Amino acid sequence: MSVVSKIQTVLDNAERLNPILNSFLSIERESALMRANELDSVESTAPLHGVAVAVKDNICTQGTRTSCGSRILGNYAAHYDATAISRLRSAGALIVGKTNMDEFAMGSSNETSAFGTVKNPWDTGRVPGGSSGGSAAAVASGVVDVSLGSETGGSVRQPASLCGVYGLKPTYGRISRYGLVAFASSLDNIGVFGRTPTDIANVLGVISGRDPLDSTSADVPVPDYSAALDTSVKGMRIGVPRALFGEGLDPEVRASVGSAIEEYAAMGAEIVDVELPHAKYGIAVYYIIATAEASSNLARFDGVRYGFRAEDARELRQMYFRTREEGFGAEVKRRIMLGTYVLSSGYYDAYYSKAQKVRALVKRDYVNAFTQCDVIATPTSPSVAFRLGERSDDPLAMYLSDIYTVSANLAGIPAISIPCGLSTERLPIGLQFIGNAWSEPVLLNLAQKFEAAHPDKEKPPVHVDLT
Amino acid sequence: MDVRNVAKLAHLEITDEEVAIYTPQMASIVNYVEQLNEVDTENVEAMLGGLTAEGEATETIREDASVASLGQISALSQAPAAVDGHFQVPKVL
Repeated sequence: MSVVSKIQTVLDNAERLNPILNSFLSIERESALMRANELDSVESTAPLHGVAVAVKDNICTQGTRTSCGSRILGNYAAHYDATAISRLRSAGALIVGKTNMDEFAMGSSNETSAFGTVKNPWDTGRVPGGSSGGSAAAVASGVVDVSLGSETGGSVRQPASLCGVYGLKPTYGRISRYGLVAFASSLDNIGVFGRTPTDIANVLGVISGRDPLDSTSADVPVPDYSAALDTSVKGMRIGVPRALFGEGLDPEVRASVGSAIEEYAAMGAEIVDVELPHAKYGIAVYYIIATAEASSNLARFDGVRYGFRAEDARELRQMYFRTREEGFGAEVKRRIMLGTYVLSSGYYDAYYSKAQKVRALVKRDYVNAFTQCDVIATPTSPSVAFRLGERSDDPLAMYLSDIYTVSANLAGIPAISIPCGLSTERLPIGLQFIGNAWSEPVLLNLAQKFEAAHPDKEKPPVHVDLT
Repeated sequence: MDVRNVAKLAHLEITDEEVAIYTPQMASIVNYVEQLNEVDTENVEAMLGGLTAEGEATETIREDASVASLGQISALSQAPAAVDGHFQVPKVL
């Protein structure tokens, strides 16, 4: 089958489902077909030859829309490709569209997007999770097999869980952040969604590795992730932090995750108890550090060099203030102000400094735990997908849905969400494995074991094969 | 928290309605994060970077040689207002 006809189908499906799901902010028909034609005209052994990839709209794609789900970037078309994007293109992949997201990746439901919320393919009255909800829904609905998202506190894993797909957050420094619009630089990562662990492994192998354009990208060899997918889990020690399976966890999620862990035990893994005594402080640490870094990173949006500018300001300061007031949505303003507050004179030590210290303790918990186990298993999200609007008036309640995911970002370690079951309402449940730094092969192999044991997964009602 | 003053520091011209909404919301978030005060951090070093040993060890200094940059035309191409090769803004005073 030619790349052109394959991509044609992807684009048609994206356009057909978008009025229902709103997962794409732009569908790049013209450029994708042009590229497909080029690919058809050459003999290629490129690793991602003809693979269609959907990309979160906070990752720069030269000449095409990169809005971050925000009015302040408006019609901004990126000046350059992110390193992950140029590596994808060189490997033969095609960018078929940019996906919807919470504004500047701040949200857990996709409801903070300035361009309408994404709907969950399993139930269009529910959220897809966030902030990479569009990328998750695009894979879950069968439009693409693989997509890129970004993570600051769980923004790939949580929507992967709520939409029933695989989602990987790699080790900090694994994938270059060059061209990923910065939210909280010490926590941000590009992550990958896949229909299968193999899809993720193939893309991860291409986009990982040192990049001189990102000084925090680490000089660590990139292994063959696909080759790691048929390793036995016999004797692997899976740590379970039982204390985190209590209050606030939906009983159905607890049961499903518990039985998934039992399946690994049946495959020969050893289940051990571990403790992460500071994990419960993860959200508090996160909302200080992430907002502090965001207040600084988002200072660049001022209506001068690109994007939206408020009209009729009479002088410069007024232009800055009005542009930011009109250009940013409520959640972004709330976080910029929180970050400004925790960094402001007289409060820095009480909040920011304190949070950085507790962050060190969160990290230390993992170092200690990994002396007793190889990976740690938890739910990805404490609940299944919630209803649209259910938590949008209560920011703190929304923040608490990141309880299982934020600590991996604080510690800089990789984690994966595996679709491990459906609730009685037919809503997906996610199992999370957290590993030591650079253990992506271990996490992908664990995911592959689950995939191999459950090859015939139910499809969501909104799916290219069904709708 | 004086939300109006924080907004000013953050260069946001917020409305009275927003002050009314944000004040209790931000108070509850600040109240929540203050649970960190119960953690003993007496002998703990603040974590600034250093997420992985390999990342820390990565050489980040490049050769001191000029490389191509965005260029003036491209850099100005998406400015809300530009004139004669410069970004244009309203008067400063």
